[in-house]
Amino acid sequence: MSYELVGITVLWIFLYGYLIVASIDFGAGFFAFYARMTKKDHVINQLIARYLSPVWEVTNVFFVFFFVGIVGFFPETAYYYGTAMLVPASFAIILLAIRGSFYAFENYGTKQSTVYTFLYGASGLLIPASLSIALTVSEGGFIKEENGSVSLKYMELFTSPLSWSIVALSIVSILFISATFLAFYAARAKDLPALKLVRTFAMFWSTPTIIAALTTFIVLSQHNERHYENMLDLWWMFGLSVGFFLIAVWLLYRQKHYGLAFISVMMQFLFAFFGYGIGHYPYLLDPYISIHEGATHASMGIALVAAFIGGLLLLIPSLILLMKLFLFDAEYVKGRK
Amino acid sequence: MELDTVLMSRLLTAMTLGFHIIFATLGVGIPLMISIAEFIGIKKNDPHYKLLARRWTRGFIITVAVGVVTGTAIGLQLSLVWPNFMQVAGNVISLPLFMEVFAFFFEAIFLGIYLYTWDRFNNQYIHWFFSLPIIIGGGFSAVFITTVNAFMNTPQGFEIQNGTFSAVNPLAAMLNPATPTKVFHVLTSAYVTCAAILAAITAVMILKRKMTDYHKKALRLTMTLTFLFALLTALAGDFSAKFLADHQAEKLAAAEWHFETEQNADLILFGWLNEDNEPTGEIRLPGFLSFLAHGDFNAEVTGLEAFPEDEQPPLWVHYMFDLMVTIGFLLLGIALLYLLLAKMKKWNEHNKGMLYLIALSGPLAMLAIEFGWIYAEEGRQPWIIRGYMTVEEAATSSPYVTHMFFLFLALYIVLGTLCVITLRKLFRNNPAEEELEKHYPSFKKGDNE
Repeated sequence: MSYELVGITVLWIFLYGYLIVASIDFGAGFFAFYARMTKKDHVINQLIARYLSPVWEVTNVFFVFFFVGIVGFFPETAYYYGTAMLVPASFAIILLAIRGSFYAFENYGTKQSTVYTFLYGASGLLIPASLSIALTVSEGGFIKEENGSVSLKYMELFTSPLSWSIVALSIVSILFISATFLAFYAARAKDLPALKLVRTFAMFWSTPTIIAALTTFIVLSQHNERHYENMLDLWWMFGLSVGFFLIAVWLLYRQKHYGLAFISVMMQFLFAFFGYGIGHYPYLLDPYISIHEGATHASMGIALVAAFIGGLLLLIPSLILLMKLFLFDAEYVKGRK
Repeated sequence: MELDTVLMSRLLTAMTLGFHIIFATLGVGIPLMISIAEFIGIKKNDPHYKLLARRWTRGFIITVAVGVVTGTAIGLQLSLVWPNFMQVAGNVISLPLFMEVFAFFFEAIFLGIYLYTWDRFNNQYIHWFFSLPIIIGGGFSAVFITTVNAFMNTPQGFEIQNGTFSAVNPLAAMLNPATPTKVFHVLTSAYVTCAAILAAITAVMILKRKMTDYHKKALRLTMTLTFLFALLTALAGDFSAKFLADHQAEKLAAAEWHFETEQNADLILFGWLNEDNEPTGEIRLPGFLSFLAHGDFNAEVTGLEAFPEDEQPPLWVHYMFDLMVTIGFLLLGIALLYLLLAKMKKWNEHNKGMLYLIALSGPLAMLAIEFGWIYAEEGRQPWIIRGYMTVEEAATSSPYVTHMFFLFLALYIVLGTLCVITLRKLFRNNPAEEELEKHYPSFKKGDNE
């Protein structure tokens, strides 16, 4: 396997990791706001805070890791995406900034305020929307290059069914992933009222998730045939994805094995996300940047892979410790520590 | 229009970095102070020091949050605002950027653990132990990111073929000539600044309310640390000057208004430039620039005229350099004075004048960080990669960069204001004395708010 393939695989795994941990975070923000509005906040807000407080910073790092990594392995991406995405990415930064800092201001600082909760909830839905524009752009057709300058075709982006279906998919997926996780966490905490509420959320958001996934698939077939054909060849991955989805919904419906339900959701998105990513090969930005031509020098690529292995040896035990202390420590989850 | 986008790109980056540096500096230095306080607390079994660690940590979380989000902003902005730079230099500097993220990751994980495990372990040293990865992670983020900046000043580890980098050696690029002095200076100045700021907060508390044993101990600890790190910072500054003389003479020459290459060069303190670009109203220390640059009063120091006019940094960096150095020595002086007063039984180190001086030293230290960075960055103009790529060639061509500047300006105003408000609320109605009674004889309830 060439280093650039190792590179993109690693980065894709990290992006998947971000997808899961950020979904939990973003969705939780929205549910917290929704619960506040419907006067049910006493039921789930403590649960959410107990999980999120120790991990929100780690979530953020997953994202930083991905974009630093992609520019490192594929410097060409900086030129094209950097110039074209100045505006949408800047908005994403601002939303992330509002979210991260307001979270700290509210939780560690002052008494809770509805304005903060609103911004916290709203940014949770807007961030994925603005970040998912990068996915749309990667399909090609939204960038023009003139006189050595790259720009985004905003009109076409905003009128494209592809961009809207990707945005819709990202938002409903977030709510589904998050609700399933919170159901698992509530079941662990033996917090039955909270469990009842978040289980309803999970059941509710499962349908739009699968509908949005299908719509995106169809729209993509009209926009980028090559990608679509590649994805058809990987039909078994998407089949497995749907299979895990059905298992998750079944478990949620039967009200048991919430841990297994969440793992099924993780597997559902793992197969869909990798099927999508592998289908994209060999382009990072269709047709400007391919994985092989856009890659950095071999010496740097190998150094990055080495740094990556070294880093993981450090991170994995630390992450396991973090999860042991806060996710799998039943006493902590129940709020006794 | 083209020039405008370059100027706006520079202003946007300067603003983001100028704002981020405040929180980044706190992020590097405060964990060390917290860890030292907690260690002394456990060692001496002194609740005062333990409470000190707790209260510092509580304020620290707020600044970490702002540091994280502004750090994310600058990380993305590197590619958004300087796409041409990243396309070329990404080949050479992505290793340290990547490693910086790992260090940050490591720090983030253990920060979460440290914050939520007060009183969770029977052996108090276990909790203290979790502060070490935070110090290490924070320190190493600073080290790695500083190597990137050092590379931009003294690039090496590649060859140029047809305008692109080839034969890349990532380690050689990281370990470039500017790295050792920069890393040393960045770390020591972050530690001295944090010690000075914590001392300043204590001094203000004593001036506003009253003095307790808690405050006395806090002041003694932070002032001792200020003194130690101020000494090390001065040493690092001296190394940096010698490095500049050898490797980046135009930066030092611009800072010192040293135009002609000469032996026994004078050090110029303060003053301003008249219409003929001659220093006026300055204090001259004969031969001291030669001494600063090469450790010898008669050594030759390269003047600015040795460089082409369009490769010379702006002359106003002199003010930044002077302000940084002056504040550095002022910090050392204030800390020394305090320690001397404390040593002498007859004198009172807590007199009002002394406390006011200490209260002043904190904000001054942070200003010195800003001045120092402005000097370092403006001192390598017009280059973004010295000798290879100018700032103009590297900036984005997107016309929206002006809009983004104002958007981020608004963001930083909001973040800065809320940060101050939150920190004030956190401590104003919660004096240390009350908390001490609440936490410590009973010593049961945790601190996980």
